[in-house]
This record gives sequence, C-alpha cells and structure tokens, in this order.
Amino acid sequence: MDNVTENEMTLEFLSKSNNEAFARVAVAAFVSQLDPTIEELADIKTAVSEAVTNCIIHGYEDTQGIIKIKCKIFAGSVHIEISDNGKGIKDIEAAKTPLFTTKPNLERSGMGFTIMESFMDDMNVESIVGVGTKVTMKKLIKCNDELCSSIGE
Amino acid sequence: MNVKYNNEDKLLVLELTEEIDHHSTEKIRRRADYEIQRHMPRKTIFDFSGVTFMDSAGIGMVIGRYKIVSMLGGKVSMVNVKPSIRKVFEMSGILKIIPIEDCA
Ligand SMILES: Nc1ncnc2c1ncn2[C@@H]1O[C@H](COP(=O)(O)OP(=O)(O)OP(=O)(O)O)[C@@H](O)[C@H]1O
Ligand SMILES: [Mg+2]
Repeated sequence: MDNVTENEMTLEFLSKSNNEAFARVAVAAFVSQLDPTIEELADIKTAVSEAVTNCIIHGYEDTQGIIKIKCKIFAGSVHIEISDNGKGIKDIEAAKTPLFTTKPNLERSGMGFTIMESFMDDMNVESIVGVGTKVTMKKLIKCNDELCSSIGE
Repeated sequence: MNVKYNNEDKLLVLELTEEIDHHSTEKIRRRADYEIQRHMPRKTIFDFSGVTFMDSAGIGMVIGRYKIVSMLGGKVSMVNVKPSIRKVFEMSGILKIIPIEDCA
C-alpha cells in the first residue's frame, strides 16, 4: 500500500434520544472507509449506541447537555471516544458488571458495558462524579479488500 | 409496528418495523402493552423481520413484555431474528426463557 490511511472526525450533539440513531449511523459512515465487514460495522454501531444512550439516560438524566464523539482511524483500526459532562459514575468496576443497572425501573438490562466490551476489541471507562464520563473503544478492522487478502495469502 | 391477532388461537403477533434503541422502545412498549392487555393472548410472538438494528434497549423491552404476558398466563417467543440482533440477545442469556423459533 502506498500510504497509511489516517483520518479523524469529531461530533458534538445534544443529549436527545433521537440523536442515538444519528450518532451510530455517522460513526458507521466514517468507519466505512476502512472497508469493514457487515458484522464489524454492526458491532461498532451497537457499541456506539450503547455509549451514547448511557450519556443520555445516566449522564444527563433529566437534564440536557452535550455529547462528544471523537473518532480516529489509523493502522487499520478505529478508535472511538464518547464523552459527556454529566453526573459521572461512582463505582466503575460495579457499573461494568453484567446485569448491573441503576435504572431497572426504566427496563434497562445492565448489559451496555458488557456489549461494548465484547463487541469491540478494547474498552476503557474513565469517570469523575459530578464532572462526567468518557468511554474509549477500539476495534481492529480486518483487511478484506482484494489487495490485502492476496497479500495475506 | 404492525399488529396481528388471531382470536381462535389467541395468538398475538407483534411485527417490529423499526430500529430498536432507547428512543424507539418507548413507543413500541406502549403499543405492545396496549395490545397484550386488550387481547390477553395465550401466545405472543415478536417478529423481527423488519428490524435491522437493536441494542440493549431491546433486551429490556422484550423482558418487560415477557413479565406482563407471563403474569397473564401466556408465552412469548421471537422469530426472524437476524444474526447481528441474535448476538445482542445471546449476551443477555434471555434466550433460555424467551426462545427464538424457526419461522413465523
Ligand atoms: N455516561 C454515564 N454517566 C453516568 N452513569 C453511567 C454512564 N454510563 C453508565 N453509567 C452507569 O453504569 C451502569 C451500567 O451501564 P450499562 O450500560 O452497562 O447498563 P444500563 O445502561 O443500566 O442498562 P442497558 O445498557 O442494558 O440498557 C448504569 O446503570 C449507570 O448507573
Ligand atoms: Mg446502558
């Protein structure tokens, strides 16, 4: 290949639930330049949807704020950072446990972080109570164009 | 969502037609609960053929309806679940109580 593909984008939008679809579709469109498989793209869309929804229902709760997505592509992988300036998480380890939710009354299943962790190659959560939460995720996109597969063989 | 009810079999089919996330579940939930309480079905089937995307909100939505239907003595199952959506359900373990059936 003649040069390494590197690219970056940033999105900022209000914490309205009708932006959930917008956010995951925008990230998927950006990632498409890496030529991901349908499955990889579905995994990324789901993980983004989980993180953005968490900012809306947990981070900002009944208030409204800004959600920020930073997306970087390099060395055939995608790095996604999703953050809010909401209420923050007291115990991150507990929050990441499967089935843990602070909102069972809203029919939440407590599977968001578990899904992000297993659908992406890497996930990290940073949070400060009263300041906000940042989720960082990474996924390697397997090279599947003809050139790459012929090199791979 | 399209709703089909067969009175003879007391079978309620809820055909989901949109992407399922936190935003869309609110409306789905209201309509589904209305139909369930109106018909008191013996069996409720969620048909996912029109669903191209679902996140964890779908797990909560299906479990919530399952609780209501089983309280009324009925059963719940799902059909036409695409692989990417099955993957989300598999994470949660709910397929043991709410099975995916082969066809509608
Ligand atoms: N951005 C955030 N700000 C504040 N708290 C958060 C944030 N994201 C997650 N949490 C906390 O972590 C918990 C676990 O999150 P997770 O996404 O795994 O489950 P959930 O959102 O409760 O349910 P589900 O995602 O299955 O609908 C939440 O219940 C909430 O208490
Ligand atoms: Mg969540």
